[in-house]
Amino acid sequence: MNKRLPPLVLALLAAVPAISLVPGVNANYWLHNLILVVMWSVIGMSWNLLSGYCGQVSFGHAAFFGLGAYTAGLLYVKLGLSAWWGIAATVPVVGAAALVIGFVCLRLRGPFFALATIAVGVILRVVAENLTGFTGGDLGIMIRERTWVEKTWYYYIILAIAAGTFWFVERVVASRLGYYFVAIREDQDAAESLGINTTLYKTIALVLSAVIAGFAGAFYMNYMGYIDPKVVFALHDISIMAIMVVIVGGVATRWGPVVGAVIMILLAELIRTIPKIGAAHHTVFGVLLIVVIIFLPNGIVGDMAKLRRLLRIGRPS
Amino acid sequence: MTAAKIEVLLQTLISGLLLGGLYALIGLGMTIIMGVMKIINLAHGELMMVGMYVAYVLFSWAHIDPYLSILVAAPLLFVLGVGLQKYLINPVMKVDAILPENQVILTVGIGMVLANLATLIFKSDYRTTPVEYATKAWYLSDYWRGAPIELSLSFPWTVSFLFAVAITTGLWFFLSRTDTGKSIRATAQDKDAALLMGVNVERMRVVTFGLGSALVGAAGCLFLPIYYLYPDVGGQFTLTGFVITILGGLGSTFGAILGGLILGVFESLTATYVGMGWAPVGRFVIFVAVLVFVPGGVASLLKRRKLGK
Repeated sequence: MNKRLPPLVLALLAAVPAISLVPGVNANYWLHNLILVVMWSVIGMSWNLLSGYCGQVSFGHAAFFGLGAYTAGLLYVKLGLSAWWGIAATVPVVGAAALVIGFVCLRLRGPFFALATIAVGVILRVVAENLTGFTGGDLGIMIRERTWVEKTWYYYIILAIAAGTFWFVERVVASRLGYYFVAIREDQDAAESLGINTTLYKTIALVLSAVIAGFAGAFYMNYMGYIDPKVVFALHDISIMAIMVVIVGGVATRWGPVVGAVIMILLAELIRTIPKIGAAHHTVFGVLLIVVIIFLPNGIVGDMAKLRRLLRIGRPS
Repeated sequence: MTAAKIEVLLQTLISGLLLGGLYALIGLGMTIIMGVMKIINLAHGELMMVGMYVAYVLFSWAHIDPYLSILVAAPLLFVLGVGLQKYLINPVMKVDAILPENQVILTVGIGMVLANLATLIFKSDYRTTPVEYATKAWYLSDYWRGAPIELSLSFPWTVSFLFAVAITTGLWFFLSRTDTGKSIRATAQDKDAALLMGVNVERMRVVTFGLGSALVGAAGCLFLPIYYLYPDVGGQFTLTGFVITILGGLGSTFGAILGGLILGVFESLTATYVGMGWAPVGRFVIFVAVLVFVPGGVASLLKRRKLGK
């Protein structure tokens, strides 16, 4: 069952655009939400790789997301290339940035690393806001020609990116790299004393995680057509959202980020549609986060057994 | 240097020092919490926001001066802090999870709830408390006729600074002379030894969080006459608090004061000589530089000099 689950889910997701054939269903609305869900699962998987498996909790993933988005956008504005090249260009650009950021920040442990990543995110946002000649400052970047009007192809592209990321993360975690990451997370000093080059592997985790987040950013630029520093480098809307997606779904699990993305995005939409409580979706998120951390610290997928016991489903043990 | 340049420099330094005094108050609350509980409180700015809203409500309904609201806001926030610590944060500290940073994320959740509740109750309009002394200032040329340069001390800034100094002095007395204060310091230095010495560590943790919240609530009341208020105003103050705490050294109150003053002056200089928009970058560049090069902060530098003698 476990082995056949990923292709099954993929097949199901690939068939989704067929709902546009059903009369009376607002296919565009649902496709938009699904595209966001899939994009956030990519961001979640990237955060999960660095913070869930390797233990370096990053509060600044917006930095990499935004860098990917700006790479795509600047390729369009400055060089006149199609912004889709941004996805390919993310690898060298965001990879190099991650190397530099890692060089400075990875020497810090635990909560200090988290604070440093917050700082990096804010620095990049302010730099993007102030270099008006280069990045357009607060005016942002807008792509005037839309590649497709229908959302179907965008959906398939992000689905392909997500499937590739899922497969890639799974291979990395099952490989020797994965074991090194977990060893570093559990006890960095013990790992170092066993001969694991912790700096090298932390840097690898950071670069891989950054590039994946950058892919999501470049896709976002292409899909939305408009970005500005306050949107893509946002602390609460991007960095903390990524953390919430994975914490709620389940840190250091395969399906955690996906489950988390489904819950957070669809829950947000659901709450926004309720008339009175609509504006309170952040409160619900906060309360959800608090409840999950106190009762299900390893997330829904991670604490599945506990969840089953609480809801009394499944076989009594 | 011409008189104009000296004037700009001196004015910048004065503004920086006044700002630094207020920053020190924010940093003090945070460093106490971090020192005793060893957790990062990312909801600190939101607690300050609550203090600011309390002062705002008192001002708009009862015309109570924001400075007097400290007497109401500080105890209120103390109670709020105690409640948060006892019922939300303490349980998490005992839970076994893969990531030890769960407490930090918990405070993020708390902060989100507070900010959103404020949005629901007050709407996200910008609010101010227009007190009649808001634009009053003392000018150097009033007291020293024929001075070569003109300096001004803004009235609300200066009063806030003096209040901050008074509160800091009171805190210092509390921490060094009273039993509870000494117990808090003992818990911060070595939790297990304090436990063995008969200190009620649990209660100290709760009291410390309440105290830290009360301090930052007072800082909020002092900021209100000078600044404007909206529900998301807390975020930048949380980050500022961190920079000050790290700059001064975790858990060191003297470091937090020095850190606040240094940051205030540095921000003021950056705003004047580099550009207003770049001030946050300067702040965070210092932050990362201190984290990497002097992780113990200013306090460790002072200790090094003392031990070196």
